[in-house]
Amino acid sequence: MTTTRTPDTLRRILDYSSRADPYPLYAELRRTPVARQEDGSYVVSTYRALMDLLHDPHLSSDVRNLSRPMEAAESRTTPPFINMDPPEHDRLRRMAMRHFGPPHTPGLVAGMEGDLTATVSGLIDGFAGREEIDIVDDFAYPFPVTVICHLLGVPREDEPRFRVWVNDIVDSIDYDPRTDPKEKLDKGVQARVDLHRYLGGLLEQRHGRPGGEDLLSRLANDDGPDGRMTDEEIVATANLLLIAGHETTVNLITNGMLTLLRHPQVLRRLRDEPDLVVPLVEELLRYEPPVHIIPWRAAYSDITVDGTVIPKGSQIMLMLASGSRDPDRFHDPDRFDPDRRDNQHLGFGSGIHLCFGGPLARLEAQIALTGLVRRLDHPRLAADPPPYRRSPVLRGPIHLNVQQGQGAQ
Amino acid sequence: MTSAENLQAFKRDGRIVVVGASLAGLRAAEALRTEGFTGSLTMIGDESGEPYDRPPLSKQVLTGWVPADGTTLPRRRDVDAEWLLGVPAGGLDLATNRVRLTDGREIPFDRVLISTGVRARPWFVESEAALEGVFVVRTREHAEGLQRALSAGPSRVLVIGAGFTGSEIASICRERDIPVTVAELAPAPLVGALGAMIGEVASDLQRAHGVDLRCGVKVTRLEGDAQGRFRRAHFDDGSTIDADVAVVALGGIRNTDWLTGSGLAAGPWGIACDTGCRALTLDGLVTDDVFAAGDVARCPNPVYEYRLISLEHWANAVEQAEIAAHNMVSGQADRWPHLSLPVFWSIQFGVNIKSVGVPTFADEVVVAQGSVADRRFVAAYGYQGRVTAAVSFNNAKWLDHYRQLIETAAPFPPPCPTPDQPADMKPVPVDFPGPQLLAQGATVVVTGHDPGERRVTAAQQHHR
Repeated sequence: MTTTRTPDTLRRILDYSSRADPYPLYAELRRTPVARQEDGSYVVSTYRALMDLLHDPHLSSDVRNLSRPMEAAESRTTPPFINMDPPEHDRLRRMAMRHFGPPHTPGLVAGMEGDLTATVSGLIDGFAGREEIDIVDDFAYPFPVTVICHLLGVPREDEPRFRVWVNDIVDSIDYDPRTDPKEKLDKGVQARVDLHRYLGGLLEQRHGRPGGEDLLSRLANDDGPDGRMTDEEIVATANLLLIAGHETTVNLITNGMLTLLRHPQVLRRLRDEPDLVVPLVEELLRYEPPVHIIPWRAAYSDITVDGTVIPKGSQIMLMLASGSRDPDRFHDPDRFDPDRRDNQHLGFGSGIHLCFGGPLARLEAQIALTGLVRRLDHPRLAADPPPYRRSPVLRGPIHLNVQQGQGAQ
Repeated sequence: MTSAENLQAFKRDGRIVVVGASLAGLRAAEALRTEGFTGSLTMIGDESGEPYDRPPLSKQVLTGWVPADGTTLPRRRDVDAEWLLGVPAGGLDLATNRVRLTDGREIPFDRVLISTGVRARPWFVESEAALEGVFVVRTREHAEGLQRALSAGPSRVLVIGAGFTGSEIASICRERDIPVTVAELAPAPLVGALGAMIGEVASDLQRAHGVDLRCGVKVTRLEGDAQGRFRRAHFDDGSTIDADVAVVALGGIRNTDWLTGSGLAAGPWGIACDTGCRALTLDGLVTDDVFAAGDVARCPNPVYEYRLISLEHWANAVEQAEIAAHNMVSGQADRWPHLSLPVFWSIQFGVNIKSVGVPTFADEVVVAQGSVADRRFVAAYGYQGRVTAAVSFNNAKWLDHYRQLIETAAPFPPPCPTPDQPADMKPVPVDFPGPQLLAQGATVVVTGHDPGERRVTAAQQHHR
């Protein structure tokens, strides 16, 4: 095992200057599929090693299994199931899934298609005829927020309140004590407390009122085979779904529009072949995924991956976006090819923590991109690359200015 | 002409015949076209309709959710084949390279793929099998008939045999609130495939769902009334049970009878092949123009000491079909071995059972993750200190990890703890009843003295 160059490579990936194009650095990283860092943590970057780890029952998502406990923003609130291990993880995820997907709620996501299409149309109507629009602020952010608020039962008009908290929480996800001010972590901790209190307030109103369609109501009044979640568990779950339900989708849609504008022939094809959007979104999830990195997992016991033994208690960083660009798994991986077959990307992760909202994210992205390419008039990028958000984990443009109309050509 | 030119000519306008037009046959035909075979392709099948999927026949079709004719296999591409359906093959002549149909027609080929699969083992007394209300389940007609009988609200259903199919059918009966008795000769359900430990779990599962489970008993007679309707079953312990429907779920018989005298190493155990799906002759020589895939094929698997293994698994049929098709149109140097591990699934009594590897190739088993009491667990199987298989109950997402353990001959029992490891994790003997894995009754006679004269002939084959 070598550690040559890799620590430096990781540092450069996390550095904001490589946000627009981290892919050459991922290629550098993949030369050491399982790379030990100077601080004793491990970075995993090849498809094969990532797949093995994501399906390895010795990989823990519980922060308590790290030998050197991390300062994490979750510390003062009940963790959501994404930060738990089986069997507790399985129980809570199962209880949430009862109200979201098959086999108990099979038609939910498909049944949202009409509403999603209407929301997309409404947003596009709002900027029809404008010469320049910001895909993020005008479209890719408000769309999934509207959807997740409706699904959870969070009032849409409260968005300015929870947006501040969500921003602080997302900022703290990749908190690095070596480089970041402590304030960044503290703000995240406080934001989680505030968001929990806010969601707890909404939950209060649901108790004893069965029949509500939104997830909070269903969770508050459900008596399934596993019983009912505690209020703390419901709030932690709602918190997770609220954040994950839009912070990722905004990137998927924005990365999607950016990629289409960089591949005008594909954009034209999508306008003429509506069915293309299904494989196209899969290719986007591979080529420009919204989640690039799982910042930490813990080795519950010694884990052997790709010939390397990761000792018990080690912190492991999973470079999902690197795995999806691994030439040992994907032919010509740096080419955006919506016709790609056998596209088992890592865009939603894999294994027991596979993205809970994946089916909804897919549908949102499909409807959003179809709507945009049909109705934007000769769209062109105002700047390439666009400015990016800070995070190397949830990676995407902070703004994506697009000009439209014949006259501007 | 060089062999490369021969191969090109064969791919361009050779003749391929596929005998057996179900899952393996169809997928092979599609793969042949995808591989660039443009010659003539003939599909021979004993059933008259389009190829269809069988797993739903003991599941969704019996609940009435999916109609029996609603499981037609999706086509991956146009295969541009001549379909000779409704007439079974009756013989294979390797001297003249012809398949003979039972109606006397002869179909010549350059290469042939045998994917004739398995038929249901019928009840051993023909007159009793013919009683109204006695079923087997293999074809869509069988499933449709049984579905109708279940819809008529029988007073009780008797399922004979608690393997996967029998257990699934019993599960459907309970789901439809029909009283059901399951009779099994072995000490527990599923025990022949998964061993005593899982058998015990399966017993509890059946009883918890209200199945009248009777193990260690043999049904000796099916009794009908004057109208020829099934009414009562007699057991070898002298007891009887009254029921309107009997489902005979005693496994399958490989469709190799038609190959008797063909010179292939074919018998009740299947058709012996190499890992490239090329059939072997009775002498054990590899043929070059005869291939086999699916339930009827019996291939060596290097992971399991190169033993010849035949599997009645859906994924195995698809994978072998693709391997066989590739090898049928490729030269020796480009041939692929079929090396993937078997996978299998079943849904019964609300539990999703999945397996990877060959559980019968084991001497010990251990619950490695989860809880048997909660019916959410993974059991790992080991053979002489290495992992050879895993079975999950409602916990399938971990199986890829066990696949990797099997492929790398990882130590058994798995040494490192997981967060969901049971506190009392302890391997127990796997305990399969009776002979396992290898086919029984493969009796042959070797004749001749000089190396050029030594030959094998098949002796009387012993049907169990």
